[in-house]
Amino acid sequence: MITGFNGILSVTVFLPALAGLLIWLVAKSDRQVRVIAVTAGLGDLVLAGLVFVIFNKGDGADRYQLVDRIDWINTDTFNASYLLAVDGLSAPLVLLTGLLGFCALLASFHIQTRVKEYFVWLLVLQTAVMGVFTSLDLLLFFLFWELELIPMYMLISVWGSGRKEYSAMKFLIFTILGSAAMLVALVGVFLSGDLKTFDMVLLSESSNRLVAGGMVLPISMLFWLFFIAFAIKLPTWPVHTWLPDAHTDAPTAASVMLAGVMLKMGGYGLLRINVGLFPDQVKIFAWAIVALGVISIIYGAIVTLKQTDLKRLIAYSSVSHMGLVLLGVGSVAVSGERISSVGLNGAAMQLFTHGTITGLLFLCVGLIYDKAHTRYIPDLGGLANRMPFVAIAFLIAGLASLGLPGLSGFVSEILVFLGTFAAFPWPTVLAVFGIVLAAGYILWMMQRTLFGPDLPRFSTLSDASLVEAVPLVLLIISIVVVGVYPAILTTVFESGLNPMVEVMNGLTNDISGTLITR
Amino acid sequence: MTSYDIYLIAPQLATAAIALMVIVFDLFFKRNKLLPVIAFVGLAIPAAFSLIQLNDLIVSDSSGLVPGSSVFHGSLMVDQFSLFFNFVVLIVTGLVILSSNDYLSRMNNHRAEYFGLMLLSATGMLLLVGATELITIYIALELTTLPLVALAAMLLTAKSTEAGMKFLVIGALSSAVMLYGMTLIFGFTGSTTLSGISEALSVSHYADIPFGSYAVLVGMLLLVVGFGFKLSAVPYQMWVPDVYEGAPTPAVAFLSVASKAAAFALVLRVLCSGFIEVQLEWTILIACLAAASMTIGNLAALVQNNIKRLLGYSTIAHAGYILIGIAAIGGNSSESLFSHMGPSSVLFYLVAYAAANLTALFSIIAIGHNINSDQIDDYSGMFRRSPLISLALVLSLIALIGVPPTGIFMAKIHIFASAIDNHLTWLAVVGVVNSVISVYYYVRVIRVMFLSQTEDQSKIRMSWAPGIALISTSLMTLLIGILPGVILNLAEDAVKVLPNIGYW
Repeated sequence: MITGFNGILSVTVFLPALAGLLIWLVAKSDRQVRVIAVTAGLGDLVLAGLVFVIFNKGDGADRYQLVDRIDWINTDTFNASYLLAVDGLSAPLVLLTGLLGFCALLASFHIQTRVKEYFVWLLVLQTAVMGVFTSLDLLLFFLFWELELIPMYMLISVWGSGRKEYSAMKFLIFTILGSAAMLVALVGVFLSGDLKTFDMVLLSESSNRLVAGGMVLPISMLFWLFFIAFAIKLPTWPVHTWLPDAHTDAPTAASVMLAGVMLKMGGYGLLRINVGLFPDQVKIFAWAIVALGVISIIYGAIVTLKQTDLKRLIAYSSVSHMGLVLLGVGSVAVSGERISSVGLNGAAMQLFTHGTITGLLFLCVGLIYDKAHTRYIPDLGGLANRMPFVAIAFLIAGLASLGLPGLSGFVSEILVFLGTFAAFPWPTVLAVFGIVLAAGYILWMMQRTLFGPDLPRFSTLSDASLVEAVPLVLLIISIVVVGVYPAILTTVFESGLNPMVEVMNGLTNDISGTLITR
Repeated sequence: MTSYDIYLIAPQLATAAIALMVIVFDLFFKRNKLLPVIAFVGLAIPAAFSLIQLNDLIVSDSSGLVPGSSVFHGSLMVDQFSLFFNFVVLIVTGLVILSSNDYLSRMNNHRAEYFGLMLLSATGMLLLVGATELITIYIALELTTLPLVALAAMLLTAKSTEAGMKFLVIGALSSAVMLYGMTLIFGFTGSTTLSGISEALSVSHYADIPFGSYAVLVGMLLLVVGFGFKLSAVPYQMWVPDVYEGAPTPAVAFLSVASKAAAFALVLRVLCSGFIEVQLEWTILIACLAAASMTIGNLAALVQNNIKRLLGYSTIAHAGYILIGIAAIGGNSSESLFSHMGPSSVLFYLVAYAAANLTALFSIIAIGHNINSDQIDDYSGMFRRSPLISLALVLSLIALIGVPPTGIFMAKIHIFASAIDNHLTWLAVVGVVNSVISVYYYVRVIRVMFLSQTEDQSKIRMSWAPGIALISTSLMTLLIGILPGVILNLAEDAVKVLPNIGYW
C-alpha cells in the first residue's frame, strides 16, 4: 500500500477550484475576475509542469510518485481513501490539463455576459479533470468524474450558441448514463475478492488481480460496464452522437476543454481501469474493441467529409481520431509472443497529441467565428490574407491532425499502427485508410476557409491580439516539440505502461494460453 | 411499571409535555412570538434524555454491542437503533420549527396548534422507532398520522383542505387494513410482541395448520400495506402529490423527512425482528415495491409543473431506492461480511435524504413565501434574484440526483452495493436506470433558475431563523457526502442491535 503526503498534487488539483471560490466571494469587477482566473490558470500550469518535470521515469524509481494519501472513509464495511498520485500514464495528462486549462481561460476574455459565473464554472471544471487524472482510488476517481458534469452543462447551456439547451441536456444524459454503468461496475469491483477496496494500486497488482471466481458479478460484465462509461466519453461509435452537438453549441473555451481534456478522461479510463484492472478481459475482448475502433475511425472520417460547419467538422474528426485509442488498446491481443507496450503507448500518445492539436483547432475556429461571425464553410474564404497568424496556426494544427511527420500527430498514429499491426493486420490496414480520409477533409477545409479569393465582406477582419495569440503559440510549441522529439513523452508513458504489460505477459505464462477458462 | 420504565420513555414524555405546554401557554398569554422559541428550546430536553440514555448504553457495555433495554414488558425497546432515530426525528423537528418562522404569518391564529401538533406527531415518531409490539405500533402510527392530517389542512384553503381530507381517508383505510393484518398474525402466532411472533414462526410447522402459513403471509402483506402508506411507496402513493401540493410547505418538510424516517425504522425493526423466518417472501415483496416506487415516481415526476408536486413524486422514487436496502437484508448469504450493509445503508440514506430534501423544501418555503407561487416557471431567473438561496436549492437538487460530492451519492453507492452483494443485481440496475431518468426533471428546475430571465428583480427575503436552518442543512448535505464516515459508523452501530443482522 502506498502512503505519504506530498501535497503538490493536492494543490495542483484544488488550486483552480479555490480560485473559483475566491472569484465568487471577492471579485468585484470583470477585470478582477479575469486577473484572478488567469493567475490561477498560470499557477496551475506551472505546477503541472513541475509535476511532469520532477516525475522520475528512470529504472528503479517508484511507479507511483508524489503520493497524497489520507484515510477518507473507514467503517466496518466500507473503505476508501483520498489517494492522489501520478505514474507515467497520468503525469503527461496532468501537464496537458494544465496547458489546455490555461489556454481555455485566455480564450475566454471576450466573454461579456455573466463573466463571474463563467470563470467559476471553467475553473471548477479544471479541478474535476485534474482530479480524474490523479486519483488512484476508484471512488475518488468517480467523484471527480461526476464533478465535471454540472460545470460543463452550465458552460454549454448558458454561454453556448444555437440549440444550446438541447445539446447541453444531451451531453448530460449521455454522460450520466455512462456514469451509471460505471457506478455498478465500481461497486462490483469493490465487493469482489477479499480486499474490499477501491484502491486501484492494490487492485492492479498481479497478486490481487480480479479473477472470474471471486466476483459478485461476472468479471466480463464489470469490464464492459466500465467500457461503456469510457466509450461514451471517448466517444466511440455508436455512442458518439452527443459530441457533435455539444461541440457545435459550446463556447470556444468549453470546446477546447471538452475535446482537449474531457475526451481524454475516457481514453485514460480505458488504459487505467480496463487495461490496468482487467488484463485478461482486455485480451479476450480485444477484437471487439478493435472493431469498434475501426468503425469509429472510418465512419467518423466519412461523416467528417460531409460537414459544412467548422466546429462540427472538427468534432466528427475527433470521433475518428479517438478511434485510434481503441485500436491501440487492441494491440495487447498479440498471440504467441511477448506483448510490447508500443500500441498502448501509441494510444496514450494519441490522448496527449489529439488534446493539443484539437485544442489548437478549436481555438482557431473560435477566433474565426468571433471575427467573421460564421462557421459555415461555404461562406468563408481567403482568411489567410486577413488573419495570417491565425491561418498559420490553423494550418499547423490541421497538418498535425492529418499526421504530417515532424508534428506530434504523426508520432501517435505510427505507434498505434506499429503496435496493432502484429495483432490485427487487416483491421489496421483499414484504419490507415481512415487516416487517408483525414488528409482529405482537413486539406479541403483549409482550402475552402483560408485560401481562395479575398472576400470583400471580410476586408475589416483583424488578426489575433496578443492575449489571443499566447494560447496559440503555446500549443504550436507543444505540437512541434513532441513531433520533433517524441521521446520526451513516450519514455514517460512507457514507464507507466510497462508494468501493466508485464502483468499481462506474466498472465500468459501462468496459464499458457488458456485464457478463456479463467 | 417501574421508575426505570419512566426513565426509558423520558424523551417521548418530554416531547409530549412540550407540546401541551405550547398549547397551554397560548391559552393564557398573547405573546405568540415566544411559541416557536418554547418549542425549539424545549426540544433540547428530549434530546438531552436521549443523549443520557445513549451514554448509559455505551458505558454499560464497552464492546459496543449493546442489546438495549425493553420498556413496559416488551412494548418498546430503547437501544442504539431507536436512539439513532430519536436524534434524527428531534433534529428534523427542530429545523422545521426554525424554518416555519416566516411562513407562519399565513396562519396567524393557529400558531400554538401548529407547533403543538407538530410536537405531538414527533412524540408518535419517537414511540414508533422503538415500538416492538403490534398494538404499540398501531397507537404510535396513529399518533404520528393524525396530527399530520390537521397540519396538512391548516392553511384552510381549498387545496389544503383537500390535502388533509385525502390524507385522512387514505390513512384511515391503510390503518384498517394494517389492523386486520395484525389480527391475523396474532391469531396465528398468539403473540403481539415481535419477539413472540418470531419465536412462534420459528417453532411451528406451517404444514400442520390449515391455511397457517397463508394466514401469516397475508397478515404480513396487510401490515406492509399499512407501512407502505407511511413510506409513500407504490401502490399506496396516491395521497403524496396532492398532500405535498396543498399542505403548508414546512409541514411537508416535516412529513416527508421525519415521518418517512420513522416509518422506515419501523419497517426495518418489524421485518428483521418479527418476520425474519419468512424473509424469502418479504424480500420479493419489498423488492417489487422498490422497483415500482422508483419507476412510477420518476416517470410521473417528469411531467410536473409544480415544484412541490415534483418533490412529491421524487419522494416516492426515493422511498423506492431506500426499500432496496431493506430488500437486501432478506437475500443475504450468511457467510458474507456485508450482511448488515443493507440496513445500515437504509439508515445512512435516510439521513442523507433528510439533509437534501430539507434543503430543497426550506429553499422552496423561502421562495414560495416571497413569490406566492410554486410553479416551476415562476422560478425563472431565480439565480439572479437570490444567488444564495438558489445555490442551496441547486445543491439539494444535485444531491437528489445522486451526484457527488453530496450525501445521497454515498448513500446510493451503499444501497446499490448491498443489493448487488445480496444477489439482487436486477434491482440495483433498475435503481441505476431510474437515477438516470431522474436527472431530466431535477436539471429542468436548475435550468429554469439559471437560464431564464425575468423582469421581476426583487430579492427573496428570509429572516435569520429559516436562514440558519437552510445553511445547516446545506452544509450537512455536503458534509455527509465529503465525510460519510461519521454517519456511516453511527448507522452501522445502530443496526447491530437488530436481531439476525450482522454480528448477531
